[in-house]
Amino acid sequence: MTEIPAKKTATGRRKVELDPRLAAYKGVWVFVEHERGVTHPVSWELLGEARKLADQLGVEVGALVLGAPGPAIRRACDDTFCYGADVCYLIEDPVLANYRNEPYTKGLTHLVDKYQPEIVLLGATTLGRDLGGSIATTLATGLTADCTELTIDPENRSLAATRPTFGGSLLCTIQTLNYRPQMATVRPRVMLSPERGSPRTGRIIEETLGMIEESIITKVLEYIPDERQDQAQLAYADIIVSGGRGLKRPENFQLIWDLAEVLGAEVGATRPLIQAGWVTADRQVGQTGKTVRPKLYIAAGISGAIQHRVGMESSDVIIAINEDPNAPIFDFATYGIVGNAMQILPAMTEVFRQHVATAKRAG
Amino acid sequence: MHIVVCIKQVPDSAQIRVHPVSNTIMRQGVPAIVNPYDLFALEEALRLKDRYGGRVTVLCMGPSQADAALRKALSFGADEAILLSDRAFAGSDTLATSYALAAAIQRIREDMPVDLVFAGKQTIDGDTAQVGPGIAKRLNLQLLTYVAKIDALDLERKEILIHRRAEGGVQVLRTSLPCLITVLEGINEMRFATMDDMFRAARYPLKVWDKAAAGIADLSKVGLKGSPTVVAKVFAPQPKARKAERIEAHGDAPKDLAATLLTKLFTHHPQLERHISERAS
Repeated sequence: MTEIPAKKTATGRRKVELDPRLAAYKGVWVFVEHERGVTHPVSWELLGEARKLADQLGVEVGALVLGAPGPAIRRACDDTFCYGADVCYLIEDPVLANYRNEPYTKGLTHLVDKYQPEIVLLGATTLGRDLGGSIATTLATGLTADCTELTIDPENRSLAATRPTFGGSLLCTIQTLNYRPQMATVRPRVMLSPERGSPRTGRIIEETLGMIEESIITKVLEYIPDERQDQAQLAYADIIVSGGRGLKRPENFQLIWDLAEVLGAEVGATRPLIQAGWVTADRQVGQTGKTVRPKLYIAAGISGAIQHRVGMESSDVIIAINEDPNAPIFDFATYGIVGNAMQILPAMTEVFRQHVATAKRAG
Repeated sequence: MHIVVCIKQVPDSAQIRVHPVSNTIMRQGVPAIVNPYDLFALEEALRLKDRYGGRVTVLCMGPSQADAALRKALSFGADEAILLSDRAFAGSDTLATSYALAAAIQRIREDMPVDLVFAGKQTIDGDTAQVGPGIAKRLNLQLLTYVAKIDALDLERKEILIHRRAEGGVQVLRTSLPCLITVLEGINEMRFATMDDMFRAARYPLKVWDKAAAGIADLSKVGLKGSPTVVAKVFAPQPKARKAERIEAHGDAPKDLAATLLTKLFTHHPQLERHISERAS
């Protein structure tokens, strides 16, 4: 990570001295994360962004689909045309059935070297972050992680990638001016998913991987899916009840679980609670945790500091409960209750429980 | 067995505040710490050493004050500590950083073969998680990221079996040594430093390697020159102005506040009412 320069003059526009061979790189690509027959929704979110960038540049959107042969991967290719792709680069090979760094890095770098895109986007999932660093190093190019905004710099047609730094306290805009492709990762739910449209006229370009299983050193022995109860499905949850340090003691976190159960909601928490071990790390909402965009986010005992805020401020409706009337969360929540969360939460649980029971009897 | 653990000294980002007027980071009084994720990596390496014997070498790229991070690592029981420090490294992005660290590890390997390289999941200042994968690529090491558990290590067959956190599940992977592992937070609990190790750490003659000592001849690959990414600007996030509507009730009894909230919520957001009624238990 580039150091934050001490003097303001150290930042600012650098000269673009792009080798003409690299300047000829064209196209905005998205790595489509497809495994075991399922495409990760972050792929569609990125295709939406890629479409916007490509339209500004007047170039094509390419989708990269790698995986095991079969109907599912063909469906994934067709899907990319419904989300904005013009061309889908496909590598089908049994060796790609489960993600491994080596074959995926080889496949993607081969495609980049052959078809030369100017921008490549990946989801900042465990897969994308494992893969992105390897590809960027192989290609000796720049990669900007966890971007919250992607725009085209009109002066030089370069990608301007904005991302949080120092845990979210500041934002910085980063450019890869003299290397290609310009790579960026984006966390799930940071970008809005585009509407699935009717398919554009797209073409599929098939390439081969050129690797045999015997030559691949890392073996996937097993994939163990999470039990739904064990792992949070926060990123795509519609309702989230979340707790922070204002809850004061770990036993009080039970009040969050109680309200979540009545609402059919997922449970989230701020980073200090994860570090203190009140809940597992997969429930962390915030800059270094998950970004969420639920229809309803209830924040109890959460001050609203920037590191948490950036993870949930795009929620449709935010209800904040905090004892401190000056808590920053009240600056951006939809509704605020100044009060003791330990009393308000059970009251809300009861009131919602009665409402649902009444609605069920009536309906 | 020889394990190299890469650590970084970082400002404690949880304590970073932005100056409200100048929009710059207020560094004064923000303590420099060992990147917390790196401590999990160090502990994991020390546990393997406890079990199989061998050595743990800690490597840190940073300015001279990063020696404190290395001494901290030594106090937990690391055997050797190397500070990779040179003005030429200033301004390095992740590509340039992995280049320098890989060169240093290659140097270390020449003296004593390396079986495993450990790193934390990411740093709390950069948060990119890119340097570990970069080092693996450059040294042609198998890469295992987000490792939640090391199941088995066979030093004779040079094989390792691990659990890796993936989206929606866990991968059980087997690969050959040497390899590079980045570990998840919570994989272990840090041990306490012993008095003996603390004294040893304080007195330890740290190796300080400049670019020549690390065998780095190509200066175009380090520092600002070796960094494809450039920071165009730094700024404070602009908070959206949308002050919350305060829910109030006579007497402020929790039940009344909750009832008022529910009424307001469902009146203005009927789709939420439908949603909750349908999904609730």
